[in-house]
Amino acid sequence: MEQILAILIGVLVAASVWLMLSRNVVRFLFGLVLISNAANLVIFTGGRLTLGAPPLIDEGAEAPPALVANALPQALVLTAIVIGFGLLAFALALVFRAYTALGTVDSDEMRLAEPPEGEEGAAPASRRATTPHLAREAAE
Amino acid sequence: MGSATGEAAAHGAKPANRRGQGLTWVPAALAAAIFAALWPAMPPVAGGEVLRWGAAWVPSLGVNFSVLVDGLSLTFALLISGIGALVMLFAAKYMEGKYHSGRFALYLFLFMLAMLGVVLADNLLTLFVFWELTSITSYLLIGFGHADAKSRRSALQALLVTGMGGLALLAGFILIYTVVGSFDLAVVLASGDVLRESPLYLPILVLVLAGAFTKSAQFPLHFWLPNAMAAPTPVSAYLHSATMVKAGVFLLARLHPALAGTDVWLWSLTLFGGVTAVFASVMALRQTDLKQALAYTTLMALGTLVLFLADGTSSYAITGFMAFLVTHSLYKAALFLVVGTVDHGTGTRDARILGGLARAMPVTAFAAALAGLSMAGLPPFVGFIAKEVLYKGAGELALGTIVTAFALASNALMFAVAGIVCLRPFWGRPRGETPVKPHEGPWQMLAGPVVLSVLGLAFGLMPWLKQQILVSPGVDAVLGRDGEARDLRLWAGVNLALILSLVTFALGIVLYAAHVTLRDGLNRLGTHLPSLDAGWDRFLDGLKALAAWQTRILQSGRLVNYMAVTFVTLLAGLVAALIATGPGPIVLEMPYLLVKEWGIALLVLAGTGVVVSTNSRITALAGLGVVGVGVALIFITYGAPDVAITQLLVEVLVVVLVALAILKLPSLEPETGRRRWFDAALALGIGGAVTAIMLMVLEVPIDRRLSDYFEVTSWPEAFGRNIVNVILVDFRALDTFGEIAVVAVAGIAALALLKTKIAPTKEEDAR
Repeated sequence: MEQILAILIGVLVAASVWLMLSRNVVRFLFGLVLISNAANLVIFTGGRLTLGAPPLIDEGAEAPPALVANALPQALVLTAIVIGFGLLAFALALVFRAYTALGTVDSDEMRLAEPPEGEEGAAPASRRATTPHLAREAAE
Repeated sequence: MGSATGEAAAHGAKPANRRGQGLTWVPAALAAAIFAALWPAMPPVAGGEVLRWGAAWVPSLGVNFSVLVDGLSLTFALLISGIGALVMLFAAKYMEGKYHSGRFALYLFLFMLAMLGVVLADNLLTLFVFWELTSITSYLLIGFGHADAKSRRSALQALLVTGMGGLALLAGFILIYTVVGSFDLAVVLASGDVLRESPLYLPILVLVLAGAFTKSAQFPLHFWLPNAMAAPTPVSAYLHSATMVKAGVFLLARLHPALAGTDVWLWSLTLFGGVTAVFASVMALRQTDLKQALAYTTLMALGTLVLFLADGTSSYAITGFMAFLVTHSLYKAALFLVVGTVDHGTGTRDARILGGLARAMPVTAFAAALAGLSMAGLPPFVGFIAKEVLYKGAGELALGTIVTAFALASNALMFAVAGIVCLRPFWGRPRGETPVKPHEGPWQMLAGPVVLSVLGLAFGLMPWLKQQILVSPGVDAVLGRDGEARDLRLWAGVNLALILSLVTFALGIVLYAAHVTLRDGLNRLGTHLPSLDAGWDRFLDGLKALAAWQTRILQSGRLVNYMAVTFVTLLAGLVAALIATGPGPIVLEMPYLLVKEWGIALLVLAGTGVVVSTNSRITALAGLGVVGVGVALIFITYGAPDVAITQLLVEVLVVVLVALAILKLPSLEPETGRRRWFDAALALGIGGAVTAIMLMVLEVPIDRRLSDYFEVTSWPEAFGRNIVNVILVDFRALDTFGEIAVVAVAGIAALALLKTKIAPTKEEDAR
């Protein structure tokens, strides 16, 4: 099963790279979710798989029975899942915020910090029309 | 050379800082004290002893702060501190009342300490640190007149050229370490045979020579040295003739026992040294600024010194090297100080104007004459003896004819330059009006030239004195054997060396007589030759253009390009790791799996496929959920119930959050204008590389030591039966604490993002 998982991880990574190369930041977010899962699986699989034997110590025993799952990668993955979630929540807020401010989810149009050469500081006219709060103000 | 006049005026343009003016003698006194402190080491070192003293500095890296006093380093240290004392005395008067003269004295003193560090270091890394310090203090001193763009450029050029050499040198030292296993000079010098036979010998030699040649301004990296004359004259006298530029030569002499004795060493030193010597003497003839002329003769001396280190075994050559080194330091520092006094007393250094100064400046003229005769190599001055030994040594060398030719040509030119610099300005009639009516300098400025030039005469008349205290111990140290030094004699009978000397004088007189014509001819020729100085500017421009070009490519401002660059770099790293490890024997087996295992794998695959292919937000979200649940199922199947529970909880949260946000975001549109093939190839490449690395990892047996430790200590030490939980909250509790902090920070940041009001953008301001 480890080898199957290795291939599965490759597929997950390839899919997330594909998504993260997209100009649409929502697709980028999907890629972020997938690559977190892939990373967790890498750690988990790297510690080898043991079918159905959680690393628990029986009542009255000093140590677990001879063959239990590797506890260390599990602890690492637990931490990684939570951190991955924190990252995703922040990225999601950032995307949402960028959309409300700029009116687009296309990263090619988010050029305030690094405007294309030749239009230093000047925002493209098209953005003004598509930016909701600017359009709203213009209407008032 | 337009800057020949008025250097003094440029430095004195700003109002003087009077604070601390009464203390100007302090640096000179300190330098003299160091000289006096080094003096007692003379008898034991002359007797062949090697004094060492050291303390651990960075023991983990094998770096010791240790001092080595042998013949070579003591000779250098005495020159540095002795000439340093005289130059600082001179500088105190020369810079008196000028802007930041206190700072100048500090730089000069710091430089002296750094230089002493270089020559006394007993550890390659210590030596390197001081070596770099000399570059930095030299930068500060050359750029001392920082209001002048030319000074700044010269300072930066010197720093960059010697700095690049310094980096090469460090690399060379590290390679030496990998071969001999120590940075200690004692070990390195004793391992000459190991080094010479090592396959790393050539890289080591190239790197060390790069460092030494840039520092000692060998052709074609010489151009920074004449430019460095933008510094105030005491700096030129001290750094750029007597001491710093000799650091490269010192290094070659220091490592002579370890690296010399091969054909590469012989040829590279002979050619670089010889070409530098001849080229520099011709250039010296071209100059009308006395200081520039001296700068080029310094280059010539450095070339000659390198030339004589080329041979691995000849004791005549090394004796010549040491004799010339000392001689040159004496007369050249004296002459620079003379030029400084002339500049101070007349306001110009232009050879075309100056003449007949001897009447107004008798003491300066006396010192100049003594130093000049020594430089010209006339008897009974020490310069004559040095030249005789050089010729004697040249005849003995492996490449004797070539070396003799180089030495003859450059000595004859040197003779002519000595006449131009030391005689012509002082004798005959004034050739033009000087900006200031010529007057003699104060005693502080005369002490240096007089003491140094009289020493040149004294050593000439009593060669055995110089031999005993400065030359022989140095020769022994360079050759690594005792009692090899040849005698220095004023009269050695009629021999080949004497005949060569006479030829030199004859040639020199002809060159001197014709030098005005020659100068014009050379100047006409010079304008047609490509200038290395301009080449340096082009090199820097090219570097800047390259930086701008790669920034335009890598920092395009488009997020997808940044991602592409990041992923391409990742792929390159992964492939490099795969290649470095070598393809392992990966055997793909068709595993016997339970139906549920196949089911889970297919579930994750299907979910991934949906996310990638759909254009519907909700469908994509469902796909993400399926992948998340699939991963949770993998965890629970393979004995990780805690992880599975967390994964499920987080997955639900993710889906809910994304669903909430996504409904306010625009729907996904089919992607247009995407580099499909490139993106697909990159994605598949990275995925494939990750899989390949995973498969290779799985082939290697796992190291379970940590897991075993946690299993057996979980209950006895931490009283927990769930090992994963014990690791999280007990063994690695701080990690968990950090994790909580990260999530808290992410939450606060997200909240701040969502709560703040939208700031007005530029368009709104404009309205």
